[in-house]
Amino acid sequence: MSLPGQTPDTGEHGGDKMTGLSINNLSMRFDLPNGDHVQALQDVSLDLKAGELLSVLGPSGCGKTTLLNIVAGFLAPTSGELILNGHKVTGPDAERGMVFQQGALFEWMSVRENVGFGPSMKGTPKVDKDKTVNHLLDVVGLQDFKEKAVYELSGGMQQRVALARCLANDPDVILMDEPLGALDALTREKMQSLVLKLWKETGKTIILITHSVEEALLLGERLIVMAPRPGRIHKEYRLPFADLGVDADLREVKKHPEFGPRREEILNMIWDMEEEIMGGKEDVA
Amino acid sequence: MIPLLIYIVIFAAAFFIVTKVVQGAGTKDYTSLKTVTFGDESAVRPNRAAGIISILTIFLMWGIFTGSNLLPGFLHAPGPFEGTTTFTYTAQAEGQAPDDATVTVIVHPREIDTDAPEVEPGDGFAKNDSIAIAQWRSGLVSVDRNDEITKKDGARVIAIDGQKIAPGETVEVDGGAVTLSDKGTPNFTPEKGWQMEPLYLPAPEAVWSRTLEIMSDGFRNFTLVEHLGYSLFRVVAGFLLGALVGIPLGYAMGLSDWFRGWFDPIVEFMRPVPPLALIPLVIIWAGIGEEGKIILLFLAALWIMAIAARAGVSGVNISKVHAAYSLGASKWQIMRYVIVPNSLPEIFTGARVAMGVCWGTVVAAELVAAEQGAGMMIMTASKFQNTDIVIMGIILIGVIGFGIDMLMRWAERILVPWKGKG
Repeated sequence: MSLPGQTPDTGEHGGDKMTGLSINNLSMRFDLPNGDHVQALQDVSLDLKAGELLSVLGPSGCGKTTLLNIVAGFLAPTSGELILNGHKVTGPDAERGMVFQQGALFEWMSVRENVGFGPSMKGTPKVDKDKTVNHLLDVVGLQDFKEKAVYELSGGMQQRVALARCLANDPDVILMDEPLGALDALTREKMQSLVLKLWKETGKTIILITHSVEEALLLGERLIVMAPRPGRIHKEYRLPFADLGVDADLREVKKHPEFGPRREEILNMIWDMEEEIMGGKEDVA
Repeated sequence: MIPLLIYIVIFAAAFFIVTKVVQGAGTKDYTSLKTVTFGDESAVRPNRAAGIISILTIFLMWGIFTGSNLLPGFLHAPGPFEGTTTFTYTAQAEGQAPDDATVTVIVHPREIDTDAPEVEPGDGFAKNDSIAIAQWRSGLVSVDRNDEITKKDGARVIAIDGQKIAPGETVEVDGGAVTLSDKGTPNFTPEKGWQMEPLYLPAPEAVWSRTLEIMSDGFRNFTLVEHLGYSLFRVVAGFLLGALVGIPLGYAMGLSDWFRGWFDPIVEFMRPVPPLALIPLVIIWAGIGEEGKIILLFLAALWIMAIAARAGVSGVNISKVHAAYSLGASKWQIMRYVIVPNSLPEIFTGARVAMGVCWGTVVAAELVAAEQGAGMMIMTASKFQNTDIVIMGIILIGVIGFGIDMLMRWAERILVPWKGKG
């Protein structure tokens, strides 16, 4: 898909060293007032080519959200660095859009104003802005709701607005922090298809954090499982399901012979980590 | 005690009549079909009929116990005795047979001056007497002053209407009661009935006619509108100044460590100080003129608005701020498009509280010292026992306070429709 006023992205910048996101030896350590410290991330390294969709799984406390906040630029790492398209990331920027679980839309603005927020901030001429907004509202299927207040929409519709708002800014990387976590199962499935469709059409680099193993498998072209204490990458996968899901029903994809075993494997992995955490806690007690 | 009982009876009767008889066969909407209403806050809606009856009952009670002309006579509580009544006293003197004489009492409304009627002296050494007594008052009847044998000569009153009486004792007679004073003089107290004396509680129509009178003639060199206008002007001026300083202060406290640290002790200290406690100091510093009152109201509104603005800023969901940064907004754009609109609902809540506090404070300040204003009006009226003006003033103060709150709510609905929707 090429948005009006945007450069079409063919998703073929993989070989170019200047594009893509490099996470190099990232560590994050919080000092606690009592002299203790928490090692939220230790030596995390990862290279994402432009247009890749990475899903991140892991038990609570493994540093998923910290990682995402560092990539977004909301937190500065204690060591290591982050290179996006050849320059160092030091703070939040429009090149890295973020989709939150919920509560991040502006209730004082209509759907149209929310989607057009990024272009408005940049001072995009009204004509171009309206074009972009209208196009994106068509893509996410909210054209009929554009003058509504966001609090009048259902949870699924609100997340569509959040997606459209993020895309309107044409970021290089989209960061998603459990964007579908608060939705019911049916809406969630529809939204998963939408995310895949948008990913394929826009060729954006996407990092998706989720608690759902199925969602991570379905959407992640690549998938990392993180482990806690200290937060680190435990295992990495390359998966075929996201490419299949672009054109097929996601329920069909789940019937793929590799899907079930992968799911079991990862579930067991996370389950073991959780057990370890619980066990550790019981020892302390 | 009796008014309270009547009130409870009306409450209970209205409840049964309205809920069991009138509304029992009413429409069945969703809420009326809920079986669990006790404890379900959403199922408790104010009963409109109860509200109307409640207000009518207050006026009804007011009318009943003031003998209001607006009510048919049979609804009036028994009024004070009015008219002419008599009682006899029996006097006894050394070496004389006890002698009876009649006292004629005219009980008249306070505002109509009445003379004691002429009466025949009658037979015996005790002569008939007469006296005029105003309603709700009592009068000592010096029965012996025209008698042939007076108290000085040893005459004593030993019975009233044939019943024996001693000093300090009371005998019920027609239209009142007679108490013998310590010195042996009968004291007649007309029956007061159950109604309130107009001096303490005037009838509704008296308050109304006084309101009309003050509206056309004014009170203490200022018209009613001027009195109320002065009070309102002070409130609006004080509130606006308070908001003008308090909101930026609250924002600064919500956005900067240094401002928060610097002003937190001041704000937290001043917040619990009731504005009324500042009145003496403000009068010492700024006198009793307009400046003093506006300074006082400014101080009353300032802390409330600062705290509301601070809460509005602190209450912003960090996701919204993060989202705005990731969408390329600058600090000023985040201030303008995220923090300010997000804090408006809190600021409106604060403004409603501040307006309420200011209105209360201005009336109190005017009670202490003012040349015009709603508070001054009722304070001055009370010094002259113009209870009707006091009641009128209280009602007007209440109505205006209510009106201010309704106006603020309306503005809130129009200006911040997203309140509570975040």
